[in-house]
Amino acid sequence: MSGSALPLEIVDLRTTLFTRRGEMKAVDGLSLTVAAGETVALVGESGCGKSLSALSIMRLLPDPPARIVGGQVKLNGRDIVPLPEEAMLGIRGKEIGMIFQDPLSSLNPVATVEKQIVEVLMTHTELGRGQARVRAHELLELVGMPDAARRLDAYPHQLSGGMCQRVIIAMAIACSPSVLIADEPTTALDVTVQAQVLALLKKLQADAGMAMIFITHDLGVVAETADRVVVMYAGRKVEEASVDDLFENPLHPYTVGLIGATPTPGAERAERLADIPGMVPPLNALPQGCAFAPRCPRVMDRCLTQKPALTAPAPGRLVACFAAERT
Amino acid sequence: MAGELVSPTPALRGSARRTAALRLLRRRLIQAVPLMLGVVIINFCLIQMAPGSFLELMTAENQVSDPTTIALLRKTYGLDDPVWMQLLKYIWALLHFDFGFSYRQNMPVIQAIWIHLPATVLLMVSSIALAISIGVAAGVVASMKVRTFWDSLVSVAAMFFYAAPSFWLGIMMIVLFSVKLGWLPVGGMMKIGGNGGVLDILHHLILPTLALGLFYAAIYTRVMRSSMLEVAQLDFVRTARAKGLSRNKVTIHHVLRNALLPVVTILGVQMGTVLAGSVVIESVFSWPGVGSLLFDSVSSRNYPVVLGIMVLGSLVVIAANIAVDLIYMWLDPRIEIR
Repeated sequence: MSGSALPLEIVDLRTTLFTRRGEMKAVDGLSLTVAAGETVALVGESGCGKSLSALSIMRLLPDPPARIVGGQVKLNGRDIVPLPEEAMLGIRGKEIGMIFQDPLSSLNPVATVEKQIVEVLMTHTELGRGQARVRAHELLELVGMPDAARRLDAYPHQLSGGMCQRVIIAMAIACSPSVLIADEPTTALDVTVQAQVLALLKKLQADAGMAMIFITHDLGVVAETADRVVVMYAGRKVEEASVDDLFENPLHPYTVGLIGATPTPGAERAERLADIPGMVPPLNALPQGCAFAPRCPRVMDRCLTQKPALTAPAPGRLVACFAAERT
Repeated sequence: MAGELVSPTPALRGSARRTAALRLLRRRLIQAVPLMLGVVIINFCLIQMAPGSFLELMTAENQVSDPTTIALLRKTYGLDDPVWMQLLKYIWALLHFDFGFSYRQNMPVIQAIWIHLPATVLLMVSSIALAISIGVAAGVVASMKVRTFWDSLVSVAAMFFYAAPSFWLGIMMIVLFSVKLGWLPVGGMMKIGGNGGVLDILHHLILPTLALGLFYAAIYTRVMRSSMLEVAQLDFVRTARAKGLSRNKVTIHHVLRNALLPVVTILGVQMGTVLAGSVVIESVFSWPGVGSLLFDSVSSRNYPVVLGIMVLGSLVVIAANIAVDLIYMWLDPRIEIR
């Protein structure tokens, strides 16, 4: 680790769901770092702990049932896990911006666009209402909202999904945060709009040098946006690599499966997409060994009894798999 | 930047929303005409079917048994006409704001109602204001302290006031606060011989307002609590928290306004029952309002007054529902009421 503080450094984060059916380790020892201007993609199937990781960073977990039980989230060198709620108020929206999956339902239906953007500005800056309005207009233009001046008076239901997502992005970057968390920001959008929003995020990130965590299950989006990729399975990191390494030479059988399950343009139409057999195991009934073992094509006896630890087979690469270690 | 595939409707500015509200108002007023006609016809027929007539009571009370006098009275009050003719005459008179004549008060029906109206309006407004303020506040508190002692306390209190009949509650409050403790007057609207000072009237208003309003407060509390809890689960609340707003700010600025919508809806539906409830409460507290007048008129078969109150009451309910639609439109910009 370098001496100068990274925008975001997560060390051994553990988030547990305390439910009637028992404790579930939703995030089990996640570590990752994001440098300024870097995009780290968090990839995995639904329920693998991606979104709960993001909410843990923001300390916005639904409590009960979810609670951080261990680890550190260092924001510019400062661990924010032990901070009281009041201190978190000054961090959310100011030092960490967040973008959500469903843009339309993520905006308050009875408040105008202007009001919702002005609100975040007035919470974290010294701007007066008039100045905040001017700034809101600038922000809308910055995120490429067509006809921005008129959209300030609009309500969310009068905007398209892409426009709503631009409003949310404007709110997330309003206070120039050092970290931006995008939780499946394009999943609910049309493909053409997806490309626009991705391009916008990339541009904003490059201009401001933000550290970005990009959560998605879409490997096509990962290839387009990420510098580094963290693959999660059942609450744990199973592989980490640069985006090029990951697609060229995936090490973990789960990553191989994910890439195989992604359609590639130009492939034979008749060729059936490879799927990963079985389902993600429920978190309260994880197997004793590797969580992926029941679905793994390369499963060995050892995998059923022991959990593989993360190892570094090459510089900048991490993988948690006994089979991958041997090759 | 290229526009999105969907071309959205242009934002409705303030003036456009006002135009929409006026259009709604006009449509509702036009719809109210056949509605009122139906109300008049049905009420008229119901009263025709009811046993006894004011003439019987009037003649009995005045010990008139002379058939010629009775025949003369029947002719005077138009009771010899066929029912449909009486109805048409009544509707025709209504169109000229003539609600008929009340022999008992010896004045036009409209004047008799007018005299009693302020007391009832005062009671209804204060009861509804009480119900909304207590209901919304208690519902918000319960939802913020969900599954705690305070939540249970609010729920139990709401259940009690929901279940308690208002006349019983009124009598119990009289026993406690007037008879035992002597804090508040037993009934009436002002001290005997009083000149109707504001404080005196307010003093008399407390118990009837509580008796009538707490039932509705209980309903609004329950609705508000569940509505708050439901809205608090929605995505935009998480967005608001991600902006760094405190829990209280999120509750007030984002959850509350969205959660108010169902309360406003039931408020409109219940205007009629509040009016009906005031009949009972006015009798219990000798409150000199339209409810007392109605009760008295039913007992004395004074049908022109009964019918007049029904018609005016329906007008109030229709007006209240139009108001609710407008409030609804103001609260929720998504709504385009047809």
